[in-house]
Amino acid sequence: MTRPTVRGGSRASADRLARLLNLVPYLLARPGIEIAEAAGDLGVTERQLREDLELLWVCGLPGYGPGDLIDMAFDGDRVTITYDAGIDRPLRLTPDEALALVVALRMLAETPGVANREAVERALAKIEDAGDLVGAPVAVRLPGDTRRVEALRAAVEGGRALRITYYTAARDETTERVIDPLRMLMVGGRAYVEAWCRRAEAVRLFRADRIDAITELAEPATVPPQAVPHDLTEGVFRPSPDLPLITLRIGRSERWITEYYPCERVEAGDGDQWLVSLRVTDLGWARRFVLGLGPDAVVVAPVELAEQVRAAAAAALDAYAVPSPLAAPRLPASDAVPTDSGVPLDAPSGDPAVAARTQ
Amino acid sequence: MTAGGDALGEARSEQVCGTPAWVHGLGASAASVYRVSRTRTERLVNLVICLLSTRRFLTAAQIAATVPGYEHDPDDARDHEAFQRKFERDKAELRELGVPLETGTASAFDAEPGYRIAHREYALPDILLEPDEAAAVGIAARLWQHAGLAAAASSGLAKLRAAGVDVDPQATLGLEPMVTVDPAFAPLTAAARDRREVGFDYRVPDRDAPSRRRLQPWGVVCWRGRWYVVGHDLDRAATRCFRLSRVVGTVRVTGVPGAYQPPPNVDLISHVARWSGPVERTGRATVLAAPGRAAGLRRWAVDVTTGPDGDRLVLPYADPDGLAGHLVGYGPDVRVLDPPEVREAVIQRLKEIAVRHDELAVTGGAR
Repeated sequence: MTRPTVRGGSRASADRLARLLNLVPYLLARPGIEIAEAAGDLGVTERQLREDLELLWVCGLPGYGPGDLIDMAFDGDRVTITYDAGIDRPLRLTPDEALALVVALRMLAETPGVANREAVERALAKIEDAGDLVGAPVAVRLPGDTRRVEALRAAVEGGRALRITYYTAARDETTERVIDPLRMLMVGGRAYVEAWCRRAEAVRLFRADRIDAITELAEPATVPPQAVPHDLTEGVFRPSPDLPLITLRIGRSERWITEYYPCERVEAGDGDQWLVSLRVTDLGWARRFVLGLGPDAVVVAPVELAEQVRAAAAAALDAYAVPSPLAAPRLPASDAVPTDSGVPLDAPSGDPAVAARTQ
Repeated sequence: MTAGGDALGEARSEQVCGTPAWVHGLGASAASVYRVSRTRTERLVNLVICLLSTRRFLTAAQIAATVPGYEHDPDDARDHEAFQRKFERDKAELRELGVPLETGTASAFDAEPGYRIAHREYALPDILLEPDEAAAVGIAARLWQHAGLAAAASSGLAKLRAAGVDVDPQATLGLEPMVTVDPAFAPLTAAARDRREVGFDYRVPDRDAPSRRRLQPWGVVCWRGRWYVVGHDLDRAATRCFRLSRVVGTVRVTGVPGAYQPPPNVDLISHVARWSGPVERTGRATVLAAPGRAAGLRRWAVDVTTGPDGDRLVLPYADPDGLAGHLVGYGPDVRVLDPPEVREAVIQRLKEIAVRHDELAVTGGAR
């Protein structure tokens, strides 16, 4: 779908041609528009727009006499097309353009908790029609807890600071914190609240399905100037090189982890075994993760993690051998990765709030 | 010819066209042609206007004699060849842009093909969007995180704007999805649209090598944030879904357009959802969790009772082995009380894990 760049400059010239063919009908639809407003609308500088107009002014119908060329009237900083030489309409949408708009609109219409869904659906029908895409071979379904997301969105739009009860999978703990919401978004089929977290004093992403309770506070949300939304183009979890790297030897039935987590290295080992290296936000999470994977997953590195896994398994076995009341555990709390289908699996970040911090 | 050489040739021929000596030769229209500067973009705009204005098919020679920028000496073989190359490139660029360039002959006696653009094919049909609809389209256009489709979305939006639609750039719908796709999305969607058979290599993690698959794609589906293609698998002779992230390398389009017909009213989503639908968790297990521990398990419990020896959590589950794997992760913080099959499975797993990692501790790390 990306147009190949045939040779240097070709792309830029194609872009300019597309812009010029749009410019005449654009101005035709808006007689007397201010040049500055048009430039802002079209995403070009005023100077660029003036250059485009100069170029169009020397184009026209064969004959290329005064009555054949595209003409325009200037009134101060305003411009009106007085002769369009036949390019009175923009080009049809290309199949890619129509598809890109239709798929994004279908995504939007399917997003649980989106505002004004009805307008999205009306727009979708019209664009599908204009792009001959009524039967576009793309279907979208993003099941989600619509009620929870709608409640969150209403709270975010309320503009107040929020107190939330949040489950942090990376540390397997539930905490209370006050956040100043920035926005809500949906990544990979999951809804998140992006907010300034007063506890962490940083911007964090909170997964909607892990926000267990929410209270609107009386004070307005105040986002400090240093708070910048995350760039999520590469996904929610971007492993950074300063995070601990763990290497596991896994059997065939654990290979799914290579699809599920961003792995730094995957190598074939003996027989069915694979050696897999990935970055984790903390070793406590890694211990719970490895224990949950089962006997076919063995820690190769670091040795410290192997020892933690061994100690946790031994301590648990001791507890089964002596069925006494649970004493204060010697190890921090654990959270395995559920493999029972239906329970969502966690990214190595576990908690995206933790992941976000690493960016 | 190298790309650089080509560009150079272009520049040179432009210069030839622009020499005043040549302009004088044109006589009456010389002045206006002189006013026309000699950039490629101008030539193309003029070509579009010219072909939109004609009902007759115009031959390359007629176009060269009409549109500024194509002037050349048809009797000079080299000059003529340069013109032909330039004209071919220009046609390709217009088609690339989506300009519907028609080819035909002006009459039955004409051997040489001509060109024209039908306004009806060229022009975007009228599209009237209410302000809230226009806002939705504006938002949709900026959701794409995939560079190629992001460019297509914004050029599509630019056309709607050119058609008179005003888009409020500040509008928001409160919750916006980031739209991403796998590289196989574009070729598979196009193949499904054109009903063409495809072949691709497909890697499933628990197999050792990718396998070759041949498919009549019916459509592409986004389900729970992942992309799939659904269609008729030619080797399995059955309906199959493939995850786009597992497609290795390029998708080969092998068939001719319109080669098959998807089943009428096919529900693409249902084919994908069938494999990842909700699991009924009818089993109930009771575990003992240390006070203040296993927060994740507590959120999942349907019942929590605080007792003298810890908190009893009742957990719904579907598959005892799956549950066992989950519980093992909690190590000594969680002990299974019931049912025995889950308890035994947990103990068995713990023993094996302890043995495997004990060996490691002895050898100082696995090899």
